[in-house]
Amino acid sequence: MWKTIVRRFLIMIPQLFVLSLIIFMMAKFMPGDPFTGMITPETDPTRIEELREKHGLNDPWYEQYIRWIGNAAQGDFGMSYTFKRDVGALIGERAVNTFWLSLVSVIILYAIAIPLGVLAGRYHNSWLDRLIILYSFVSYAIPTFILALLFLFFFGYTLGWFPTSGSVDIKYDPGTFGYVMSKIYHMLLPAITYAVLATTTVIQYLRSEIIDAKTQDYVRTARSKGIPMKKVYSRHIFRNSLLPIAAFLGFTITGLLGGSIFIETIFGYPGMGQLFISSITSRDYSVITALVMLYGFLALLGSLLSDIIMSIVDPRIRIE
Amino acid sequence: MSIELTENKELTVSPPPTGWQVIWREFKKDKVAMVSLVGLIVVIFGVFIWALFIDQDALMKISLRDKYAAPGSENYSGLGSYILGADQGGRDILGQLIIGAKNSISIAIAITFITGIFGIVVGMVCGYFGGWIDSMFMRIIDFFITIPSMMLIIVFVTIVPKYDVPVFIMIMSIFLWTGTARLVRSKALSESRRDYVNASKTLGTNDFIIIFKEIMPNLSSILIVEMTLNFAGNVGIETGLSYLGFGLPPSTPSLGTLVSYANNPLVLYEYWWCWLPAAIFILLMMLAINYIGQALRRAADAKQRLG
Repeated sequence: MWKTIVRRFLIMIPQLFVLSLIIFMMAKFMPGDPFTGMITPETDPTRIEELREKHGLNDPWYEQYIRWIGNAAQGDFGMSYTFKRDVGALIGERAVNTFWLSLVSVIILYAIAIPLGVLAGRYHNSWLDRLIILYSFVSYAIPTFILALLFLFFFGYTLGWFPTSGSVDIKYDPGTFGYVMSKIYHMLLPAITYAVLATTTVIQYLRSEIIDAKTQDYVRTARSKGIPMKKVYSRHIFRNSLLPIAAFLGFTITGLLGGSIFIETIFGYPGMGQLFISSITSRDYSVITALVMLYGFLALLGSLLSDIIMSIVDPRIRIE
Repeated sequence: MSIELTENKELTVSPPPTGWQVIWREFKKDKVAMVSLVGLIVVIFGVFIWALFIDQDALMKISLRDKYAAPGSENYSGLGSYILGADQGGRDILGQLIIGAKNSISIAIAITFITGIFGIVVGMVCGYFGGWIDSMFMRIIDFFITIPSMMLIIVFVTIVPKYDVPVFIMIMSIFLWTGTARLVRSKALSESRRDYVNASKTLGTNDFIIIFKEIMPNLSSILIVEMTLNFAGNVGIETGLSYLGFGLPPSTPSLGTLVSYANNPLVLYEYWWCWLPAAIFILLMMLAINYIGQALRRAADAKQRLG
C-alpha cells in the first residue's frame, strides 16, 4: 500500500518539474518585468538597469529558474505588482475562500447525487429513472458559464433568493454568528451551480453499480433469508456501491478547480479563480505564475488522491 | 489460407446492415435524436447561408438612438425592426447572433478536425507499434491531462504577440488532442492483436496500410462518436473562453462574446435580451450535439442499440 503511494508521489515530481519549466518560460515571454510598472517619464533608465542587475534579471535563464523554483518551494512567489503585497499571503487569503466554497459544493454534490443515483438504480427503467437520466444528461451537456449565468439571472436577480456577488455582507463583523451565516448564504448559489454540473458522473456510476448489484448472489442470499428489500438496499447494496463513489473525490476536486475560474468570476466570489482572471487582465505575472503552479500541483494531488482511495477500495489496482 | 480469409472478411461485411443503415435505424427509433439531428443541420446551414447576407460593417455600426432597443421595437431610422432587440451601441442582436454562431461553429469544426487527425495518428501509431514511442506519448498525454489546461490556454492567449484566429485554433488544439489519442490508442492496442492483423502482417502488408486501411475502418464508428462529442466540447470551451475575453479576437465576434454582455449586472438583469438569446443558442446546440453523440454511441455498440 505505502509502496503504491510513494511510487505515485515520485511520478508527480517530473510532472511538476516540467510544468514549472513551462510556466517559467511563459513568464519570461510575458512583456515587461517587475520594474516596468515603476517607469515614469522622469525615471533614469540606468536606475532601472541597476535594479534589474541587482535582482538578477540579467542572469542566464537557468540561474533565474533555479532561484525562482527555490524561492517557490519555500512559499516565496515574490510581490504582486497591482496589489503591492506578498503573493503568498494574497493567494492564501483567496485560497481559504475557494476552499470553503469547494467544501460546500462537494457536500451539496453528494446530497443531490447519492439519492438520485440510488433511486435511478433502484427503480431502473421507470419514469423516475428516465427523469433522472434526463437531468444528468442536461447537466452534463450544459457549459459551466451558461448554467452559472442562468442561475444568477433567475435565482439571483429575477427571484432575488440569493445575493448576486461578494462573499459576505459588509454589515456583519468577522467572528459573529451573522457573519458566518452570511458567508454560507453567499456561497450557496455558486456551490449549487458547481454541484449540479458535477453530479452526472456520480449519478451514472451509482446507478449502474446498483443495477449491477441487484443480480449479484449476495443480494439473492439476503432476500432468501427473508430480509425486506428495503433493508437489502440500505444495508447491503448501498454500502457496496458507495465505496467506489468515494474514489471520485479526487477527480471532483480537479473539476472544481477548473470550474472555479468561471463560477467565481460570474458570481463575483473573491477566490483563486477570480484572482487569476483579474491578474491576467492587469498583467500581474508573479500572481499568475504562482496560481498556475498551485493549480497544477492541486490537480496532480487530486488525481493522486483518487488513485490512493481507489487502491484502498479495490486491491486489484495496487501497483506491485 | 489467405484467399479464405479475405473471402470471410467480405462475407461478414456484406449481408448485415452497413454502418450508415445502423445509424439511420437508431435515429428513426429515437425521435429526440432525430429532431436534434435535423434541427442541428438546419440551424448550421441556416446560419452559414444567412451570414452571407449580413453586412458585418453595417451591423457593427453604432447608432446610439437605438441603445438597448427592446425586442420587437422599431429601428430609429425606420428601416425594419429589431426582432431580438439591440445592445448598448444600438447594434442588432439577431445579426450578431448569426455572425457569432457562424464563427463559433466554424472554429469548433476546425479544432475538432485538427485535434481529431492528430489524436488519431498518434493513438494509432502508439497502439499499433507500442514500445518506446508509446511510452513516450503516454507520458506526454498523462502530463497534459493533469495540468490546468484552461489556465494555460488563457496565459498563452495573453502572451502571444500577434494574436488572431489561426493562432487561437492552434493554442486550443495543442491542449485538446490528448483525449482522442488516448481513446484511439486503447482501441488500436486491442485491435492490433486480432487475427486479421496478424494474418495481414504475415502476408507482408506495409504497417501503415494495416493501420489506416485495415484497423481504422473498424474503429470508424467510435471515431465518429468521439468527434461528435469533441465538437460539442469545443463549442463549449471556445464560447467559454470568448465569454471571459480570452477567446476569439474582438474583430471576430463569437457567441461567447455576445454572452459576455452579461458581465455588466445592469445588462444581465435589465437588458437580458442582449445575452440570453446567445446563451440559449449555445445551450440548445450543446444539448442537440450531445444527444446526437449518444445516439451514435448506441449505434456503435450493438448491445445498446434501440433499433
